Amino acid sequence: MMDNEIDRELLEKIADMLGKPVGAFNIRKDSGCDGRQSTEHIEITGKEDKPGIDIRVKDGTVGETCHIPVIITKPGIEEMVYNDFYIGENCDVNIVAGCGIHNCGDQTSRHDGVHTFYVGKNSHVKYTEKHYGEGDGKGGKIMNPQTVVYLEEGASIQMDTTQIRGIDSTKRYTKIVCGKGAEAVITERLLTHGDQIAESDMEIVLDGEDSKGRVISRSVAQDESSQVFYPRMVGNAQCFGHVQCDSIIMGNAKIKSIPAITANCTEAQLVHEAAIGKIAGDQLLKLETLGLTEEEAEDCILKGFLA
Amino acid sequence: MLELKHISYTVREDGNELGILNDISLTIDDHKLVVFTGPNGGGKTTLAKIIMGLVKPTSGQILWNGQDITDLGITERARLGISYGFQQPPRFKGLTVRNLLTLASGDDKLSKDKCCQYLTRVGLCANDYLDREVDVSLSGGEVKRIEIASILARNSQLMIFDEPEAGIDLWSFARLTETFEQIHATGTATMIIISHQERIISLADEVIVVGDGAIRHRGAAADILPQILADTLGGCPVLTKEVKA
Repeated sequence: MMDNEIDRELLEKIADMLGKPVGAFNIRKDSGCDGRQSTEHIEITGKEDKPGIDIRVKDGTVGETCHIPVIITKPGIEEMVYNDFYIGENCDVNIVAGCGIHNCGDQTSRHDGVHTFYVGKNSHVKYTEKHYGEGDGKGGKIMNPQTVVYLEEGASIQMDTTQIRGIDSTKRYTKIVCGKGAEAVITERLLTHGDQIAESDMEIVLDGEDSKGRVISRSVAQDESSQVFYPRMVGNAQCFGHVQCDSIIMGNAKIKSIPAITANCTEAQLVHEAAIGKIAGDQLLKLETLGLTEEEAEDCILKGFLA
Repeated sequence: MLELKHISYTVREDGNELGILNDISLTIDDHKLVVFTGPNGGGKTTLAKIIMGLVKPTSGQILWNGQDITDLGITERARLGISYGFQQPPRFKGLTVRNLLTLASGDDKLSKDKCCQYLTRVGLCANDYLDREVDVSLSGGEVKRIEIASILARNSQLMIFDEPEAGIDLWSFARLTETFEQIHATGTATMIIISHQERIISLADEVIVVGDGAIRHRGAAADILPQILADTLGGCPVLTKEVKA
């Protein structure tokens, strides 16, 4: 486990893992299992019928973290993985996922992950997912994550996803179904450069009375890269939903942002905002008057925007 | 010491040359508080921007502490000790008040106490503002006061403020004038303040009236203020006619 520098760096980048992880974990490396540990409250088992794992969190588990990183270090690996999370009732847990690809070869490396969460009554899940790619080979680094979440009564999920540089092509699909009083907060941060392509398709279904959904998407597209956002919020009951997409466009990049809100109930309150623009000239000038160079000012604005 | 020598700035509009500033020469000694005032569109902001490097003059020379800075960029001038508080400061999504003050101070480890001091001097409470983003959630007056706090944090030798009072309520304005008075009293910085406010004008060692791209009058506040008031009050022929009728 973590037997070389590349593994260690990838794991640190995507899961903030330094040394042997504490608590429950499963490390998937080059399509195999590179380490697994269950705890008293969190059980991880391999699937028998297809690649992937089942994670079962017992009722009342509070304050535990489960790491499930995936790393690909060999060129030419293409995989489809299914991970299912069964979170009991009255839990409060952190799940840290993430995928790192180191590709020095000419063949494409691809990780497609399908994550399905079943979150029990009154449980809260914080789900963090980072995507990272490195290596100077010509082979593509591709990730296509699908995340589907079912929130029972009073359950909530805070989903933070980050993909800053490195991934050549990504097509993300996220669906969250909220039951009565459930709440979903999704924060998505994305930076593409070169000729990278990123698509994010999102559907938040507010099914239960007093459910809430919030999507905050911030992205930066540089060089020749292109991005498409399609966040949709559907209100089927008395509920509140807010979608906010903000993008900074640079170079010859292209961004398409198509937020959609659908109300199927008179008590549904849904709001969407979308903005695309370049870095404002007066922002750069202000930071230059504080002694930053134009490049430093640009960097500072992007860092703040994606923080 | 700041010296402006024969500064002119012209723009081309519909094929014609339009003079914004015409041959302005001016010297400002260290630790003085100088107010630029005068009618809107007279060239005050352009003149201030030329000092910061935000606008490049068509001709003329700028010397700062004896060094010719005419061809230096904004960043270099900032590093030489010139700072500028914008009349309409930009907003930043994701950048907090603490981030901005830290950047301005140049000290990566700027303490909360220090931030608190800067914010208090513009009438804001650090606990309410430090972690807030400098974005559209702040009112115009709040952004303006944070802008001025960033100049205080910068603690530079030459501080330029473009209409610091604009958009600020009366109570905060009183606090702000005290702050300008304190900086002036400690004699640590030269200040150029663009203002129309009598209270700020009365703080000045020297008042420079800029109009039609030239210096119309200059002198002590006590001498200039009565002239400004006289000009201002006699300004409306229509109103005068109505009053007479």
